Amino acid sequence: MTLDVTYQVPTIAVHTHIFAAVTRAVARANGTPRMRQAYVPQPVMGKTPAELRAYVDGTDPVTKLPFMREVVDGLTGALSEDDVAGLSYERTADRLCAPNTEDQLHRFFLDQHWTDHLPIVLPTEERVAAMLAGTSHQPTEVVGHLRPTSHREAWEFTVEKVAVNAVMAGASAEHLPAILALASSGITARGSSSSSFSLMVVANGPIRQQLSMNAGIGAMGPYNLANAVIGRAYGLLSQNLQGGSIPGETYMGSQGNGYSYNNLTFAENEEASPWEPFHVQRGFQPADSVLSIFTGCQATAFTLGLRRGHWQQHVCNMLRALDPDFPPTLLLDPLTAHQFVEIAGLPSKQAVIDWVYEHARMPAAEYWDYQLVQNYILPRATFGEEPWASMLAAPPEELIRIWRRESINVVIVGGEANPYWRIMGANYVKSVNVDDWR
Amino acid sequence: MSARQTITVLNPAGYPPRVTGKSLAPRLESLDGKTIYLVDCRFDDSDLLLMQVQGWFADHMPSVHTVLKQKNKVYAADDPETWEEIKAKGHAAIVGVGH
Repeated sequence: MTLDVTYQVPTIAVHTHIFAAVTRAVARANGTPRMRQAYVPQPVMGKTPAELRAYVDGTDPVTKLPFMREVVDGLTGALSEDDVAGLSYERTADRLCAPNTEDQLHRFFLDQHWTDHLPIVLPTEERVAAMLAGTSHQPTEVVGHLRPTSHREAWEFTVEKVAVNAVMAGASAEHLPAILALASSGITARGSSSSSFSLMVVANGPIRQQLSMNAGIGAMGPYNLANAVIGRAYGLLSQNLQGGSIPGETYMGSQGNGYSYNNLTFAENEEASPWEPFHVQRGFQPADSVLSIFTGCQATAFTLGLRRGHWQQHVCNMLRALDPDFPPTLLLDPLTAHQFVEIAGLPSKQAVIDWVYEHARMPAAEYWDYQLVQNYILPRATFGEEPWASMLAAPPEELIRIWRRESINVVIVGGEANPYWRIMGANYVKSVNVDDWR
Repeated sequence: MSARQTITVLNPAGYPPRVTGKSLAPRLESLDGKTIYLVDCRFDDSDLLLMQVQGWFADHMPSVHTVLKQKNKVYAADDPETWEEIKAKGHAAIVGVGH
């Protein structure tokens, strides 16, 4: 699109057919609804040269026209008036919905794709006003912008809009500063990626007690109001304030992700942890109330405790279960954290991170053949970005480190019922300060 | 509140930006003798598909000169260096495979 519109080079974009609705919507939102686009069947990945040649020699599965005729026609011929003018338009954003009965409004919200398909609390003016009492910020203040993915347009939203979504999620005024902080992050909890990633939100500092968040038994499950509604509100506000999260249009997660219902929101068990809290590792003060956002959460490896005989091998087995593009975040019950100290002899979070960094390895050839490594890491390696450029020079059989040290994280969560623990494939993205939104 | 009583609620959707129309680049009269860049977005084996497109041109429109060019960035990132090169040295481009 940039090449055609900005650099004025006649261009046709080729996509796989499953993304037809998405790509056309993006072109329209960028003011070029007649942008030339052609489609081949999904998937391209894993096909033989002969199969791909059949795609090229065949028909576009969307338009049913010969694929290469569309390509050639897309680059030649006179432009129409519509091609030159593009399309300009305003989209309305009414503050209120038309009055209706509660039943009809619930139906309307479902039809508009404004819910997560669980029942919601209708955001009446009274409820939204009560919610807004939870912050000193003005209802009209712009909080930020969100978009489903980097190549779509960003939508803007205010404090009041966040409060509306907070009401829908079942939250109360006391939860609003935390929800506003997440909304201000610029990170959507409804990314459109076909990878079906979910976010994970970890709370640290006094906010955990102030909102009675759960860091103990069942912390990552459906057993706590604040954990549930803050995470759910983050999801609802993301889909509604960014312009949607509709399967096939603005959401393409091939399998979906159940964690997205509340974005795996929980508190770190700072009191039972032998180590410093996560937010302190990230430069905050212990008394700061902080929410830290991770993305990924497709892969989870799990076991019970550390065994003196073979704990090293067991941990390495768990690490190998993750995709290399999503680094390990160790979620340790406090009992497990103490086992890392006493059995593994790793006295700090950093020592655990260092051990994982050194021991998570695989043959170079195997690493570089992962599809997500090909998609996201190989391009950076081939253009000299370290440490991947050096890793790319390794012989195929060399055991190379899978992750950068700084991408590995440790969080303590759980109620000491047993030293169960897991490793989540999740990238740490950002921390936000709740105190900024009180 | 009775089931038939109407209420007013707030709209939860954000504020979309205004869309401003943009013009496409003028198209070529024909591809004969022209240089077409095949831009590999480096996603899900897109280079392998573009090699087959290159083969199709060799078989069916041999006067077209094709250049298979890998993006300098991951697929979603802007790549001004590549766009400048195509603007300077090419006549048109096929970009794929997006998704």
